[in-house]
Amino acid sequence: MAVQKTFEEINEKIKKGTAVVVTAEGIIDLVREKGASEAARQVDVVTTATFGTMCSSGVFLNFGHSRPRIKMKRVYLNGVPAYTGIAAVDAYLGATELPESDPENRLHPGRFLYGGGHVIEDLVARRPVKLEASAYGTDCYPRRHIETWITLDDINEAILFNPRNAYQNYNVAVNLSSRTIYTYMGVLKPNLGNAGYATCGQLSPLLNDPYYRTIGIGTRIFLGGGIGYVAWHGTQHNPGVPRSANGLPLTGAGTLAVIGDLKQMKPEWLRGTSFAGYGASLAVGIGIPIPILDEEILLYTTVRDEDILMPVVDYSRAYPENTGEILCHVSYAELRSGKVEFDGKEVPTTPLSSYYKARQIAEILKDWIKSGKFLLTQPVERLPGAESGIVLKGLTEQRNGG
Amino acid sequence: MLVANKVVLRFTPTLVDKPIIYRLVKDYDLVINILKADINPSQEGFVVLEISGDSESYNKGLEYLRSAGVRVEPLSGTIVWNREQCLHCGACTSFCPTGALYLKRPEMEVCFDGSKCIVCQSCLDVCIARAVEVKL
Repeated sequence: MAVQKTFEEINEKIKKGTAVVVTAEGIIDLVREKGASEAARQVDVVTTATFGTMCSSGVFLNFGHSRPRIKMKRVYLNGVPAYTGIAAVDAYLGATELPESDPENRLHPGRFLYGGGHVIEDLVARRPVKLEASAYGTDCYPRRHIETWITLDDINEAILFNPRNAYQNYNVAVNLSSRTIYTYMGVLKPNLGNAGYATCGQLSPLLNDPYYRTIGIGTRIFLGGGIGYVAWHGTQHNPGVPRSANGLPLTGAGTLAVIGDLKQMKPEWLRGTSFAGYGASLAVGIGIPIPILDEEILLYTTVRDEDILMPVVDYSRAYPENTGEILCHVSYAELRSGKVEFDGKEVPTTPLSSYYKARQIAEILKDWIKSGKFLLTQPVERLPGAESGIVLKGLTEQRNGG
Repeated sequence: MLVANKVVLRFTPTLVDKPIIYRLVKDYDLVINILKADINPSQEGFVVLEISGDSESYNKGLEYLRSAGVRVEPLSGTIVWNREQCLHCGACTSFCPTGALYLKRPEMEVCFDGSKCIVCQSCLDVCIARAVEVKL
């Protein structure tokens, strides 16, 4: 009889400490050994993970009210501006924000040693952060300026809210021009000197659940070392892209918006990053459990690096000009081997995500579930799927309000 | 006697358009391996070289460099890799010319073998975690 399990049944086993949990790597060998039906019967949860720079990340902060009160109009954290066009002492600090004093690319390539992502890392590491705020003053909020030091424990809330993380698949970046270029996909050497690539292949969450059958709004996840949730589909979620026969998208496709309590997180899994010539950002560690509700879900989790085809894009022209041109596809297995072949030329590959740390996250999440302290949540709503009709829009330039 | 040394040559703006390295090869019969260079017209520049050859020619070659106004310094800096700071993405490993920074497979862990490092500093700008630094 075909295997059918429910979230409740799996959670009962987790509570009893009898749930069988394996990582997205472990499941591949297990299915090869035992076959899909037997593995689906035995295994309750497969843990997936990714660790890499995700620019669409940031944190909502509530600093608490000073005496007298201030309605902050400009806020700086270690010199990095935060957005304060919300309530008096609330702010949102984005991962790619830079101090106004940053030389940026005036001396190219800029180094971008400190930005929003680094402030978030400092907060998570419990290092004191300098808060400076100014205001115009009102009857109820008379104060015009404050300068003080805060730590993550001193403030009321710090909510990591990342509008777009965990891209299902991603571009492989190459440079066909004759000069070195500095991109968010790393430094790209001229004349196809290297190929930058991201995601964590067979460990990546959305490649293990390509049609979003189990990952949805409300899914409890590992986020930055703490517990978080899938809040929504991510921005630029584009599930309707062409897919290969195994259901895997052949370009970016699905994304997740995630949310979690920054106070639970650890600097090991949330790190500021600096891309020469590009900017600052934040590396985020995410782990997502996939409940094995049936054999089909299990089969999707057996995705292997060699099954994952990634689009190769020229970042010297096609990407900046937004032509949509894809040179070819290469498999994640080739990319992870350290070199790929294009037109008979051997090209070294430059990884940007950390497979090593993703593997650790998948193991940690596995331990959390096995120890009974992490229960699975059934999504309250599914993510828009391949059939949703979503078409990714570009930005067109209009004159005079169209 | 044969010698082989790594040196850093620093050029003033007026020297960068002179064929200095050509002279080392042609007039002093030295074997030159350029490890790293940053030379721009009308600006200061540097070249990291491995120079090898007969010790007498080597000394004469260095004398020529100094007399031409090139500052010659032994390559003395070291690259420090901070394991705790490293994200183990491995980006640096595709830029490291000697395999001093490498990805251990199948673990996919970044490792550093200081004995292979030539302090070319290629890793500095490509490390997104600022986990490598040069100590002079």
